[in-house]
Amino acid sequence: MEALDTLLLSRIQFAANISFHILFPTVTIALGWVLLFFRLRFAHSGDEKWMAAYRFWVKVFALSFAMGVVSGITMSFQFGTNWPGFMETVGNIAGPLLAYEVLTAFFLEAAFVGIMLFGISRVPGWLHVTATALVAFGTTLSTFWIIVLNSWMHTPQGYEVVNGVAFATSWWEIIFNPSMPYRFAHMMLASFLTVSFLVAGVSAFRWVIGDRSREVRAVLKTGVAIAALLIPAQIFMGDMHGLNTLEHQPQKVAAMEGNWDSGPNTPLLLFALPDEELRENRFEIGIPNAASIILKHHADGVVPGLNDFLADDGTPLHPPVSPVFWSFRVMVGTGFGMLGLSWAAVFFMWRRRDRHVGRAKGRWMAVEGLPKPLLWALVPMAFSGWVATLAGWYTTEIGRQPWLVQGIMTTDMAVADVPAPMVLGTLLAYLAVYASLLIAYVGVIAYLARKAARGGDARPDSMSHSGKANVVALNAAE
Amino acid sequence: MPDFSNPANWLPWAFASLMGLSILVYVVLDGFDLGIGILFPLAEPDEQERMIGSIGPFWDANETWLVLAVGLLLVAFPTAHGIILSTLYLPVFLMLIGLILRGVAFEFRAKVRSRRKALWNRLFFVGSLVTALAQGFMLGLYIMGLVQTPATYLFAALCSVFLAVGYSFIGATWLIHKTVEGLQSKAVKWARHSLWAVIAGIGAVSLATPLVSDRIYDKWFTYPEILWLVPLPFISGVMVVALWWMLQRMPFAGDRWNWLPFATSSAIFAAAYLGLAYSFYPYVVPNRLTIYEAASAPESLMIILVGACFVVPAIIGYSILAYVVFRGKAADLRYD
Repeated sequence: MEALDTLLLSRIQFAANISFHILFPTVTIALGWVLLFFRLRFAHSGDEKWMAAYRFWVKVFALSFAMGVVSGITMSFQFGTNWPGFMETVGNIAGPLLAYEVLTAFFLEAAFVGIMLFGISRVPGWLHVTATALVAFGTTLSTFWIIVLNSWMHTPQGYEVVNGVAFATSWWEIIFNPSMPYRFAHMMLASFLTVSFLVAGVSAFRWVIGDRSREVRAVLKTGVAIAALLIPAQIFMGDMHGLNTLEHQPQKVAAMEGNWDSGPNTPLLLFALPDEELRENRFEIGIPNAASIILKHHADGVVPGLNDFLADDGTPLHPPVSPVFWSFRVMVGTGFGMLGLSWAAVFFMWRRRDRHVGRAKGRWMAVEGLPKPLLWALVPMAFSGWVATLAGWYTTEIGRQPWLVQGIMTTDMAVADVPAPMVLGTLLAYLAVYASLLIAYVGVIAYLARKAARGGDARPDSMSHSGKANVVALNAAE
Repeated sequence: MPDFSNPANWLPWAFASLMGLSILVYVVLDGFDLGIGILFPLAEPDEQERMIGSIGPFWDANETWLVLAVGLLLVAFPTAHGIILSTLYLPVFLMLIGLILRGVAFEFRAKVRSRRKALWNRLFFVGSLVTALAQGFMLGLYIMGLVQTPATYLFAALCSVFLAVGYSFIGATWLIHKTVEGLQSKAVKWARHSLWAVIAGIGAVSLATPLVSDRIYDKWFTYPEILWLVPLPFISGVMVVALWWMLQRMPFAGDRWNWLPFATSSAIFAAAYLGLAYSFYPYVVPNRLTIYEAASAPESLMIILVGACFVVPAIIGYSILAYVVFRGKAADLRYD
């Protein structure tokens, strides 16, 4: 019982840590590219509104980056403190992949973020553009390596197990494992959608509190346009990813669908209360045959059910059903909410593009065209990307249970023998710290938005702690 | 020395060296900025801004040496990583909380409305102090062979105090270099007052290490090894005396030699660290697991090494560049 408690608490603790961590890379990955876009538009047009947008959002980038770094350090220690069995069993494969992630993240952080954040007024323009581009490229590269490792844990190949330890046989197969391309694309799109709603939501907030600057218009349009373009791509990619999961981890798809018995003509459940004791659903509401059509593209396609994944003694070899079933629905629901809102916004902005006299002529979209309720709806959606990303993350990660590395090791094989009360105590402390930091993070973004709406900073380049650094560098330049 | 004809022999050694280098660089670099965090409440608000200014462009990169060190331990010696970190569960947890609070305090204190700033300043201090204490505790317990008894805890507690004050010392010497006038005089005073911890800390570790382990005792006190080991404590002693002499008289006329205390204290840290590394080699978990037993498969290590050969020199190159670009006083320029 003691071991079980430690296992469960360690899992909750790891989930809490990684859930907190993933929020910030999700912002920085795409925000790096969006900042590059702002920076290039400024370089190309010389229009100050793009530089104002860069200066505002680079602060959010710096804050998110710092949050990501410190919570990332926590992650790298958690492997040893809570899950020593993981690296002992698959370290020969996970090691190099993690090493490349650390090396790329480290390299970028040390090398280019400094110039991006502090160098805006003191290095030549081309160098600043280059630094911004390299940071964007680097966060993407870092994402690539960590997704490679994560995907390999879901769909491992290119290894052999000798005496219980995995050894690499083909690095090509390890890196280009079957689920990697889908997972990477899904994550990149998730990051872009998170950022598009973040910039649109914060800009809508500035607009409704009376900020009519050209910067706000430009950023709001950028955010809504990215969202409207990428949401259909994400739905398509999510479907492809689902089919790939069906091929390699059918038990996960069965849990997502809440489908107990495999068979044809499976309905798509909109609502249900899966009950693992009874091994059936209560209160099912579903669309007949729809799951078969989505997964097999035939109304009578045979969809796998959870009862296919039982050991001879009846022990389930499938993930816990309710969390996977529900987090999947939260992800999809949020996604469709994002689709509806972003398309409605584009529609109104396009329809009313020429209603405004003079300078509005020829504009392809006008922020003025957005009805008030739509603007207000965008504000709470600023963090909708986080909700969808976390829900998707839970779907895929809880959906992997009881495996830690599919077919190689189960989660309980990796857990450290640490007393349960100690894990519980540290878990509660982590949760308290993370909750406070999240409140502070959202609070600071709201504060920065209000301050910008009031007329911005007295000093145009008062970015974070660079004030004093400027003095130092000016001194050095003399 | 390892056998260079066989990758299975020299790869673990190469990774242990690389990891050792990262830890040393980390201790010196994050040491001075953690130390400045610990000294923070002793300064006036405008001095605090200058203290932050003196580490602002560097602390982030300094901290990433810890990521590299732990990353190398994780990927090159996975078994050792598990044993060490699950033994040090609580101090690691405290250090992480400290690092989180401190790292975000940099960003938050510069962005929040002014009445919240005092809170983030306090968290900056608390985070720095907790991080330093936790690291000292881990160092102490590691030296005691990761054995957990009341006596080893006492030693670890002593080490944690010594390391925290030692970090303040190296932080103060950094400030002597980066500041002028009032704050510089304060920094000299802080350095003078904390030099004792460096002496006591190195002394305690040097005495305890050979006493706890017969193996380490034999490594140090056998002929002829002792002949080329003796200079290490001797040079350290000379450097400590030189520091003490300097700090009585600083700042010198025209602010000359203001970098010397920091350089000397870095050298003392490095010498003490080399002594420790010599004592524990080839063990990565003291007396239990050697780097050769704990190492990942040679093929995996080789792949990491290729990446490291590109990235580590680039990191070192950039770090040097950053220190050159941001050289000079972290203060208002009219004094220069």
